[in-house]
Amino acid sequence: MAQSTDLNLSISTDTIAAVSTPPGEGGIGVVRLTGPDAVPLALRLFRRADGTPLIDPLPFRVFHGHVVDPADGHAVDEVLLTTMRAPRSYTREDMAEISAHGGPVPLRAILALALAGGARLAAPGEFTQRAFLNGRLDLTQAEAVLDIIRAHTDAGLRAAARTLDGALGDRIRALRGRLTALLAQLEASIDFAEDDLTFLTAPEIDTELAALAAEIDALLASYARGRVLREGARTVIVGRPNTGKSSLLNALLGEARAIVTDVPGTTRDTLEEQVELGGVPVRLVDTAGIHAATDEVERLGVARSRAALAHADLTLLVLDAAAPLTPDDRDLLDAVRDRAVVIVLNKADLPPVVTPALLDTTAPMVALSARTGDGLPALEAALRDLLLGPAGAAESPALSHLRQREAADTAAAALARARATLAAGGTEELLAVDLVDAAAALGAITGDTVREEVIRDLFARFCVGK
Amino acid sequence: MWDVIVVGGGHAGCEAARAAAGRGARTLLLALRLDRMAHLPCNCSIGGPAKAQLVREIAALGGAMPRVADATMTHVRMLNTSKGPAVQAIRAQVDKALYPARMQALLTATPNLTLLEGEAAALPTTDGRITGVTLADGTYLPARAVILATGTFLAACTFVGSDTRPAGRHGEPPAAHLSAGLRALDLRLGRLKTGTTPRLAYDSIDFTRCEAQPAEGPLHFQFAWQRPLSPAHPLIPCHITHTTETTHAIIRDNLHRSALYGGLISGRGPRYCPSIEDKVVRFAERERHQIFLEREGWDADLVYPMGISTSLPADVQAEFVHSIPGLEHAEIVRPGYAVEYDYLPPDQLWASLETKAVRGLFCAGQLNGTSGYEEAAAQGLLAGLNAVQYLRDEAPVLLARDEAYLGVLVDDLVTKGTEEPYRMLTSRAEHRLVLRQDNADLRLADLGMRLGLLPPADYFYFCAKRNAIDAELARLDALPPGDAGVDGAGLASTLEWLRRPESGYDTLRTVDRTAAHLPADVAEQVETAVKYEGYIRRQLRQIAAQRRLETRRLPEALDYRTVHGLSREAIEHLNRVQPRSIGQASRVAGVTPADISLLLVWLAAQERRGVSRETVGV
Repeated sequence: MAQSTDLNLSISTDTIAAVSTPPGEGGIGVVRLTGPDAVPLALRLFRRADGTPLIDPLPFRVFHGHVVDPADGHAVDEVLLTTMRAPRSYTREDMAEISAHGGPVPLRAILALALAGGARLAAPGEFTQRAFLNGRLDLTQAEAVLDIIRAHTDAGLRAAARTLDGALGDRIRALRGRLTALLAQLEASIDFAEDDLTFLTAPEIDTELAALAAEIDALLASYARGRVLREGARTVIVGRPNTGKSSLLNALLGEARAIVTDVPGTTRDTLEEQVELGGVPVRLVDTAGIHAATDEVERLGVARSRAALAHADLTLLVLDAAAPLTPDDRDLLDAVRDRAVVIVLNKADLPPVVTPALLDTTAPMVALSARTGDGLPALEAALRDLLLGPAGAAESPALSHLRQREAADTAAAALARARATLAAGGTEELLAVDLVDAAAALGAITGDTVREEVIRDLFARFCVGK
Repeated sequence: MWDVIVVGGGHAGCEAARAAAGRGARTLLLALRLDRMAHLPCNCSIGGPAKAQLVREIAALGGAMPRVADATMTHVRMLNTSKGPAVQAIRAQVDKALYPARMQALLTATPNLTLLEGEAAALPTTDGRITGVTLADGTYLPARAVILATGTFLAACTFVGSDTRPAGRHGEPPAAHLSAGLRALDLRLGRLKTGTTPRLAYDSIDFTRCEAQPAEGPLHFQFAWQRPLSPAHPLIPCHITHTTETTHAIIRDNLHRSALYGGLISGRGPRYCPSIEDKVVRFAERERHQIFLEREGWDADLVYPMGISTSLPADVQAEFVHSIPGLEHAEIVRPGYAVEYDYLPPDQLWASLETKAVRGLFCAGQLNGTSGYEEAAAQGLLAGLNAVQYLRDEAPVLLARDEAYLGVLVDDLVTKGTEEPYRMLTSRAEHRLVLRQDNADLRLADLGMRLGLLPPADYFYFCAKRNAIDAELARLDALPPGDAGVDGAGLASTLEWLRRPESGYDTLRTVDRTAAHLPADVAEQVETAVKYEGYIRRQLRQIAAQRRLETRRLPEALDYRTVHGLSREAIEHLNRVQPRSIGQASRVAGVTPADISLLLVWLAAQERRGVSRETVGV
C-alpha cells in the first residue's frame, strides 16, 4: 500500500525526472524532466558542442552538445537538448528533454546527474498524472486520462505479477509462509495465554530466524547475479608489478568472443571494455585506459591496486607463481579477503614456487599461463562460478528489480533486528514488531497483507479457545 | 419524548444507557426482562488479552463495567507475565449473581435514566431520522435517538442436539419482531451462532482430582487514581482438568447428533471459541484438551467448565462429561447449547456506530457481530456517547486505531464487516505496543473528562499521576547514576541505567529515596516508557506515516462510480463502506493500491477545482 500511496501530490513544488524510453538497448534514449527547476537544471548539465554553456535557449529548439558532470566538467554523453516552457508542454510545466545514446549506462548516468542536481525520481505514471492535474486535459476527458494512468499502473502490476507468478514469487511466498507461521506462534502465545498450547522455544525461534535470514541473503545475492547478467561485472586486475597483469589483460581481450560496447564509464577517470567470458558479461576496468598503454596497467603499484578494488564487483589478483611471495603480495591478499576474488597463479609454465597450499585463503585459485594461454578456460569457469553461483544456480529465481532488492533488504534488516531482540531476551510482542516488518516487506514484493493472514494461520494451526 | 432509548439491557445496553444518561440525556432503557440486565450468560470471565485493554479503556472514559467488575471479582490473575507490559492482561472471574445486581443498582441510581420492560418491534422514522420505538404491544415511545443493543436475541434459536427452540438465551424468549423492523429500514441482517457449555453442580465435582489454580491479587480494572473498589469477599481458586481419549471417542461416535455437525445451524461460529466437537475433529492428534472449572460465584451452586462448549444432545453431554477426571459423578444441571441469531453486518455503520441508513439510530454489541462482554460494553459506551453528540448536533467521538483497542474494534467492524463473531485480539492491533492496559488512562482520560463521564475529582488525581510521570522522567534524566546510588559506571544518567534489562525500580527503590516514595503506577509508566523506548519510537513513526493517510479525508456520500477507472469490485465495496479517509479506504476488502492511487489523484483534482474540503462534507 505504501508504495502507491507515496505518490507525491504536492505537484509543481518539485521537479521530477525519469528515463522515458523503454529500458534496454535502443538507438536513442530520452531523459525527461518536468517541474519548476527542469530547465535550469538541464542547462546546468549541458554544454554546447563548442564547450560553452547554453544560456536562455529558445523553447522548442533542439540544441546539440554534451551532458557534462558539473562537478568536474567531464562529458558523459553526446546529446540533443530541447526545452519547453509552461504551459506549452505535455505536463503544462517547464520541461526539458535530453536525447542521448540509447544504452542503459549513459542514460542512467544522465538521470543520476539530474537527481544529484535536485530532481526527484518520477513515480510510474507521474508525468501523465501531472498533465491531468495541471488541467492540460479537462475533466470531460478525465475518463480517458485516468484509464491511461490506470493502465500504466496496472501494466506495472501485471508485469510484476508475471515475474511473481513464477519461481521467484513462489520462493518469496514460501518465505512469507514460514514467517507467518512463526508469527502465528507468537501471536497465539500472546492472545491465548491460558490455553494449553505448546510453543517454540527461544533457540527454536532463533534457528528458524537464522534459516529465514539465510534464505533472504540468498535472494539478495541473487540480485547481484541478476544485475551482473544485465549490466556486466565490474572487474579489476590487481597485483604487484611484474606478475603479468598486462599479459593477462591481453590474453583475456584476445580470448573475448565479443566486444560488446565501448562506452565512457560512470567513473570519470576510467574506461571499460565489456567482454563476455564464460557466458558472463564482464566489464574489464582499466583504471589508466586500456587503449592508452597496457604498460600502464603493468606499472600499477600496490597503492593504486587497492584504490581500484573499491569499485569492483570482481577482482583478479595476479601472483607470480614462479617467484616467492613478497610482502606486497601478502598485503594484496589481505586487501582482497572477503571480496569476490579469483587468485590467478600466473606463469604456470615455469617451475612453481607458490602453490595453493602456501596461501591462507578460501578464494578460488586458478593456475594459468597468460603467455601460453594454458588455464584460461579454468579462469572463465571460476569467474562464472563466482558471479553466477555454482553451475545450475543461475536457473534459480533471482531478484531483478531495485524495488525488490530494497524490500528484501528491509526484510533482512528486520530479521536481523528480530534476532538481536531475541538474543537480548526480548519477548514475543517485541519480536513480532520486527517479524511483521519483515513479512510486510516481503509482502510488498508479492502484494500480500500480513495481519489477516497471521490470524487465519493462527486459527488453522492452534486449537485455541478454552 | 425521550432523548435516547436504549433497546437491550446486556453489557452494551447498560453501558450505553449510563453514558447517555450520565451526559444529561433523558434516557430510557428498554429490556425484555429488567431482572436479567447485565446478565453473564456464558462464563463469568472479564478481561484477558486485548479484552483487559478494552476494559481499561472503558475505565479511562468513565464507564461502568470496570467499577462493577472490581467489586464483584471472585478470582483474578495477570496473564502474560512472562511477556512485556503491552500484552499483559488482567483476567477476572466475577460473581454471576452479584455482578448483575451491582450493575442494576448502579443503573437504578443513575439520574436521568428510566428502566422499562418491553419488546421493541419497529423503529419509526421521518425523513431518514429515527423518531422512536414501537413496542410489540403497539405502544409508541417517541425518542430523538435510539441505540440498539439486542445481543443474541434477534430471531434467536437455541439448540441442544436436535432439540431446537426459539430462545435468546436458555429459557428466555427471543426478540421476535425487531428483525422485521430493521429490514423495513433497508438494513441487511446476517446469521451468526455461538455456544456455551453445560453447567455442573458444584457439590458433585471431585476437586481433589483437579489441579488448583490460585487467584493473584489485588488487581483492579479501574486505575489507582479512580480508587477502585475491592472484591466483596476473599478471592477463590479455579481448578483445571482435562478431557481423555474416552471423552474424544464418545464425541466422535455421536458427531452426527450434534446440531453443528448435523447441519441444523447455518450461522457462522467463532473460530477462537470452538465447540468440543470442533476441537476433537479438527485437532484429532491432541490427546487431551484443558478444561477450567470455574465456580460461578462465592457461594454459587454451579460450575462453568470452560473448554467444552457443545451442541450435542443432553445424554451425550452427560456421557462425555463423566469421562473427565473429577467429573465422574458430575451432575449436569443445565446442558450446553448453541444459539443462532440475527446480526447486523457492521459495514452498515459509521465509526460513530450510527447506521448509515437512519440518522439517530445507533447499534452496539453482539448485534454488530462481535462476541464478548468487553467488546459489547466498549461499543455500548461509544454508542451512548455518540447518541448524545448527535442530540447536540456535535461531531461524533471517533477513536483512531492508534488511540485505543476500541478504535481498532470499531474500524475493523465498519471497514471490513465480519462474518464470524468478532473477538478482540491483540494481534488485530498494529500499534499494540502503545495500546497497553497500563496506559489507557494516558490515552483516553482527557477525552473521558471532556465528555463529562469522568468525575472531575478522579480526573484531578489522574493529572497528578501524569505530572508525576513527567517529573520522574526529567529527574532521572538529570540524575547521575552515582547520585542515585546505582551502579551505572560510564552512563550519563539514571535514566540510561534504568534502560538496561537488568535494572528496575525494585533496585532503585532500595537506594533512592524519591524512587522509594514514588507511587507504583507512576514507577510502572516510567519504567515501561524507558525500557520500551526504542520499540515505541519505531511504532510512533509507523503511526505518523499511517496518520497521513488517515487525515486524507474522503467526501461523505460519494458515489465511487464517478471516480473514473476504479475497478468494479472496488466501486462496490467503497460505495457500501463509504470510508471517511484514504487510510480507511486502503483497508476495505477488494481495494488495490492502484485504486488508492486513483482516489488520491481524484481528490487532488477535486481540490484543484476549488471544491473545498468543507463543501464536500468533510
